[in-house]
Amino acid sequence: MRQLIKAAEFTGVITGLAAKIAEHETDYDNVAFVGIHTRGIPLSNRLVKIFHGQGKNVLEGMLDINLYRDDLSETSDKPVLKETKIEFDINGKIIYLVDDVLYTGRTIRAAMDAIFDLGRPKAVHLVVMAKRNGRELPIDTDLVGINVKTQPTDNVKVKFVETDNKDDVTVLEDGEY
Amino acid sequence: MNLDRKDMLGIEDLSRKEIEIILETANKFAEVTNRPIKKVPTLRGKTVICLFFENSTRTRTSFEIAGKRLSADVVNVSAQASSVKKGETLLDTAKNLQAMHPDIIVCRHSSAGACHVLARYLKNTSIINAGDGAHEHPSQALLDMMTVMQVKKKVDGLKVAIVGDITHSRVARSNIYCFQKMGASVAVVGPPSMLPCSIKDMGVDVYYNLKEGLKGADIVMMLRIQQERISHSPFPTLREYSRHYGLNNETISTLKKDVLIMHPGPVNRGVEIDPDIADGPYSLILSQVTNGVAVRMALLYLFSGVKTLDI
Repeated sequence: MRQLIKAAEFTGVITGLAAKIAEHETDYDNVAFVGIHTRGIPLSNRLVKIFHGQGKNVLEGMLDINLYRDDLSETSDKPVLKETKIEFDINGKIIYLVDDVLYTGRTIRAAMDAIFDLGRPKAVHLVVMAKRNGRELPIDTDLVGINVKTQPTDNVKVKFVETDNKDDVTVLEDGEY
Repeated sequence: MNLDRKDMLGIEDLSRKEIEIILETANKFAEVTNRPIKKVPTLRGKTVICLFFENSTRTRTSFEIAGKRLSADVVNVSAQASSVKKGETLLDTAKNLQAMHPDIIVCRHSSAGACHVLARYLKNTSIINAGDGAHEHPSQALLDMMTVMQVKKKVDGLKVAIVGDITHSRVARSNIYCFQKMGASVAVVGPPSMLPCSIKDMGVDVYYNLKEGLKGADIVMMLRIQQERISHSPFPTLREYSRHYGLNNETISTLKKDVLIMHPGPVNRGVEIDPDIADGPYSLILSQVTNGVAVRMALLYLFSGVKTLDI
């Protein structure tokens, strides 16, 4: 197991992510952060807290992508549904989709479909804690906490105090738990 | 978390955990039904046949809407307009439908056990029971449970009274199983001629007097008299039945302040329930119908494959 970000550095990385977003963003009245279940939500919460602390009134929501998965017809196994809660009008908003890891891109494809079923946003950006190689779709982002070079058998784990009782980013190599 | 069964035939077979899985899933689908565009692509390419051998407004429409909101292709077959009229048996009809490769058949039939027969013979299709004779109507009990939980949050320890034609009511049977499994106690109330003699074996309290039966009840569920299943009149006149067992303002005034009144529909106004009560502040009747769509979305979702997986 390789540890890429330690607990002590974790908050600094998120602050850095918020700064990266702030480099380009000007229209905060229309910005909404949407966390993807499960570990996109704590990251989204923390980003929103930073912006609220700066007096920027960004909106927040959460998204479950399970109804939009592309493998539902291939398998008889049904994923457990989680809560989708977007209580603002998507139309015209600048959406920052937030997830823990960007890997194949399939989750983000599903998330975009889910967002567009709720309305027509002005723009959709993607924020992730860790970006690894292995994309299967033309989806990419620069709003990244850490870039990780991985083998296909590696497993990148982002943990949050809120969901896992600790903050860190690790890579589990083939067969590790 | 696992719902490892091919068919949804009745509440009797389900564990409390399975009921909770279905209700949690239904709660998630309630969000979809509140959207401006009420459709998700989840069951794209799946085919659902609603095979109804009995009349229905709510259940059939509700399953059809549920399927369509999940992007399934829903086909309705009603016995009145099918080859059943030409002498085809239930099993032949079902086998012919299966030959067209549907994923789910939602079936309602006037004979108890009809859905079990289909489930046994149709190996490749999930069967959902939408009411079989006087036996079970599981999706109704689940939507009733969802409706109660929205208001009461917790069912453990609640007292439920089911009033009316218990003998012919599949809704009563499914609800007795469902509420008992979730920790509530159930009383049935009605004239002796409408209570089956073996009903006590289901672990319910039996009352022949309405006021006694409703004492302390948190939930009162009124039932329609199922004239279509009754050959001899179980009481002298409807007026007399209504006077003894109908729910009116006078009876309501003796009940708990936060009592909830439910009815699976169709309502016979002025017989088992006064219009004032059906439309009044205690009534959950239309919430039941709304929740029916979410519950049926959950059933179609969970039963469109054989297993569910916790991820």
